[in-house]
Amino acid sequence: MAQTPAAQNSIHQGIRSRSSQFHWLWLLSKDSGAVIGGGVVVILALLGIVGPYLTGWDVMKVDPNNRLLGPSLQHLMGTDGFGRDVLTRVLFGARISLLVGLATMVFSTIIGATLGLIAGYVPKVDGFIMRIMDGFMAFPSILLAIAIMASLGPRTENVIVALTVVYLPRIARLVRGQVLVVRELLYVEAARVVGAGIWRIIFLHVLPNIISPLIVQGSFTFAFAVISEASLSYLGAGVPPEIPTWGNMLHEGVPLMAAAPWMSVFPGVTLAIAVLGLNLLGDGLRDSLDPRIQEH
Amino acid sequence: MTGQIVRRLLSLVPVLVVVGFVVFFLIHLAPGDPAAVMAGNEATTERIEQLRHEMGLDRPLWEQFVSWSTRALRGDLGTSFFLNQPVLTAIGERIEPTGLLTLYALIMSILIGFPAGIVAAVRRNSWIDRLTMVTALGGVCIPSFWLGILMILVLAVWARWLPAAGYAPFLDDPLQNFRYLVMPAFSLGLQQAALLARVVRSSMLEVMREDYVRTARAKGVAEGMVVLRHALPNAMIPALTIIGNSMGNLLGGAIVTEAVFNTPGVGRLVVQSVLRRDFPVIQGAVLVIAAVYVLVNLIVDIAYVIADPRIRLSTRS
Repeated sequence: MAQTPAAQNSIHQGIRSRSSQFHWLWLLSKDSGAVIGGGVVVILALLGIVGPYLTGWDVMKVDPNNRLLGPSLQHLMGTDGFGRDVLTRVLFGARISLLVGLATMVFSTIIGATLGLIAGYVPKVDGFIMRIMDGFMAFPSILLAIAIMASLGPRTENVIVALTVVYLPRIARLVRGQVLVVRELLYVEAARVVGAGIWRIIFLHVLPNIISPLIVQGSFTFAFAVISEASLSYLGAGVPPEIPTWGNMLHEGVPLMAAAPWMSVFPGVTLAIAVLGLNLLGDGLRDSLDPRIQEH
Repeated sequence: MTGQIVRRLLSLVPVLVVVGFVVFFLIHLAPGDPAAVMAGNEATTERIEQLRHEMGLDRPLWEQFVSWSTRALRGDLGTSFFLNQPVLTAIGERIEPTGLLTLYALIMSILIGFPAGIVAAVRRNSWIDRLTMVTALGGVCIPSFWLGILMILVLAVWARWLPAAGYAPFLDDPLQNFRYLVMPAFSLGLQQAALLARVVRSSMLEVMREDYVRTARAKGVAEGMVVLRHALPNAMIPALTIIGNSMGNLLGGAIVTEAVFNTPGVGRLVVQSVLRRDFPVIQGAVLVIAAVYVLVNLIVDIAYVIADPRIRLSTRS
């Protein structure tokens, strides 16, 4: 059967990449941006897990005598309007924000990829699935998230649900496009000829070959989800206000900005660092996983 | 070309149906009885019953959807629970700040992003290029609402150059209006400017390698002319896509930015309505914003067909 040049090219790439399956990891380790980005994310995650216990202050304990203290040796990032240590809360916020980002990435990738795989491989349902995805993408993403939060109510789990709904159509669209190319390749054809079932073909033969763009998209989804969670919480429509997250701390800090700028500066700086780390990691993954860029 | 535009128009139908479904089912997503949720905690059983009847919640779901969407198509989006005015009026009164904010942010992102991307591409690997790209990476990573907060702190609280929050209608005083909007527009537009700079740079680099650029140089065209007349128009197409997407991102971002700067626009209306669970306003505003977004994307796509002869001519085959 006739093969397009593009399809043949990617067959060769498939053979080449199998001989050095973990070549991309080596490339990634050579990319200083990706190493810094990955390091930032790992350190923030570790600090989020153990950090709140290391500072010697309690996340929630109110201390009326020490309200709105500026940064000092006792309180490196100062204290908030209730006398709580800002550093401890920023570290605790890393835990919540990264957890929400990670969960959103995992769920939207699993659901979005499944829908994209089915739409790309089964023409009968393609139109139906993709028109629904188009409909969801007709909303600006933060608006859809706010609207879903409005009806579900402010809870951490609901933030994950809302952001998953927002990001999964983008992943479905990306995956479908990839599947349309891969399904015409020879080894998929071969699997079909020997009588492999549709699910077997989709998950065993198609999925492994579209995993690279999925990983790249996943790291950017993580970054978007962290920003969106912070925005939702800042607006009061995200994680419940009593839980310290970067967005909630900004919500509390902004009205006190003139008197206690550290309350809004430090959570925001940490948020920006986290997003920068995720973006650097995503850029690095894209460069090392995408064979077209490697060749330049 | 006409066929392509007609096809694009027809593709809007399923999108709008799904949008309608999503907005309609928003109130049915809420756990529990929507009428009870809307009536609030202190409502009596009769009040809830009455509300359920008024809202038509005692009728079958498909019937509710049909009557809701026919009313919405006629421009009747219901009445706000809190503002005592029709939802469409409430949105109409707040559309000017949001529209101007989005427009100013778009203009700023183009005015910053285009020159930055072009200069970075022309002076590739120079310090200007590196500085531009590092700034652009920062611009992509700094959440716009936090940038807004910092700008208020520095420019309004400390330096006292600009008002921290509020709004003046354009027709009353255009200059004052701009003073109120310049910070929100900058904080909102910087991220798009950064994205645009990155895209313009990479597509300029690609175009500068083309044969016709070499030909232009070989026949002695001045370098400035080569960049502006030969390379730039061909590098525009990817940039146009980004500008089209920007409109949606800016409309969404405006919601958060308006909350930061207390701008009395549609975005702040949405956030306030979410906090007081004013569902008719939430539904109406979400519907209107989504419709505007879809319309903008349509215009961008059509502009695209007209601008790029390769797309225009491909339909004939």
